[in-house]
Amino acid sequence: MRIELDPNLCQAYGNCLLSAPEVFELTQHDLVARILQEQPDEPLRAQVEEAVASCPVQALTLVDS
Amino acid sequence: MSTAARDAGPELRLGRVVIVGASLAGLRSAEALRRKGFTGELILVGDEVHPPYDRPPLSKEFTAKAMPAESLHLRQNPSLEATWQLGVPATSLDAAAHVVTLGDGAELGYDGLVIATGAAPRRLPGLPGTARGLHYLRTVDDALRLRADLVPGTRVIVIGGGFIGAELASTCRELGLAVTVVTPLPMMVSALGQLSEAAAQRARRHGVEVIEGLGISAVEIDDRVRSVELTDGTRLPADVVVVAIGVRPAVDWLVGSGVLIDSGVVCDDSLAVRGVADAVAAGDVACWPHPALNGELLRLEHWTNAAEQATAAADRLLTGGRPFAPVPSFWSDQYGVRLQGVGLTGRADEVAVVDGDASGDQFVAEYRRAGQLVGAISAGDVRALLPYRRELVKRFAGLALASQ
Repeated sequence: MRIELDPNLCQAYGNCLLSAPEVFELTQHDLVARILQEQPDEPLRAQVEEAVASCPVQALTLVDS
Repeated sequence: MSTAARDAGPELRLGRVVIVGASLAGLRSAEALRRKGFTGELILVGDEVHPPYDRPPLSKEFTAKAMPAESLHLRQNPSLEATWQLGVPATSLDAAAHVVTLGDGAELGYDGLVIATGAAPRRLPGLPGTARGLHYLRTVDDALRLRADLVPGTRVIVIGGGFIGAELASTCRELGLAVTVVTPLPMMVSALGQLSEAAAQRARRHGVEVIEGLGISAVEIDDRVRSVELTDGTRLPADVVVVAIGVRPAVDWLVGSGVLIDSGVVCDDSLAVRGVADAVAAGDVACWPHPALNGELLRLEHWTNAAEQATAAADRLLTGGRPFAPVPSFWSDQYGVRLQGVGLTGRADEVAVVDGDASGDQFVAEYRRAGQLVGAISAGDVRALLPYRRELVKRFAGLALASQ
């Protein structure tokens, strides 16, 4: 699986960070979240799916490949 | 609950699932059903004519800025393969026959039912259904009407100090309008608990007149809204009155169906609707016993819950599910500050600010119930919530396991 983040949509809510802190990062001064692991390991799938679903602005996409 | 009850639902892969409610919870349950392997027929019924859209911006940027309505539409997976029946409400349920009747008389049979009808604004008794300058805020159409009325010089009175009322007051200030919030309960008390005073302070600091502890005894309306009278007799002139005194779960269509109704549609711990077979519920309409609340029913109105609960409800319909023990999360944007919370802050009996000032731009507060952490709220840095969420996820999962 691969994660895509649309920086034009992201508004730094940080819900992704709450769901999957190993995969996303957002420091206090970041205007958009950052992806730490673009292709996270399979065991993180549930957390990543939750992160994608919990993004209030739908900035995240999970691409299965 | 017993193992027998949990195994009662047959594995559902084919057949037809009817989802009543075509907003966030409805859409997300449809997506989850497909993701989890449901290959049968999916029908979504929605009383609004609009495809699923995002409601949180309505009280905030959608009203503050001239955002187009299309920008609210929720992204949809093109391979969802669902039939949409929009602009028509469900009017009744025959649970024994597994049939939903719609407002146009159509009858939809189902093998599985998802109840996701959400909620509607509570009305102030004694007011006309509509009047110029009188507003409620739930739908995009409500927001468009309100936005059109918020012209320069408008005096606004917001009745109710919950999320919608508090955010609308902030939006009015952003638009440069004079605004008064009249709220019988302390501001944002359902989420902030004892920190609600800080919410009122923040609003006042930004020029909002906040009147707490009083209700409305009358709204004067001739050809339009003119004023409101408070329960202490004070009369306040107004051009626009927004009634934001909470919502009622949309359950009227379920009366007499056998569905158990309390503060919403009552579900068991894994979101199966109590009282009828082959039905689940999700979103604002549903209440269920959260394992962290010793059997008390919980109904949440958070965006994130609608999304998360819909996925769990789909699970229940397809595979039998397991106790739903989420760590809820929510946010509220006001005056340029984003408050974010995790957990069951509304059910806490004790709160402690551990960093910063709760009426300021940066703080962290811990919420406890019977001495145990149940939630946290922060402003300024979402990372402050991470350790709390981690602890709550672990503890709620343990409680869910113990409840099985």
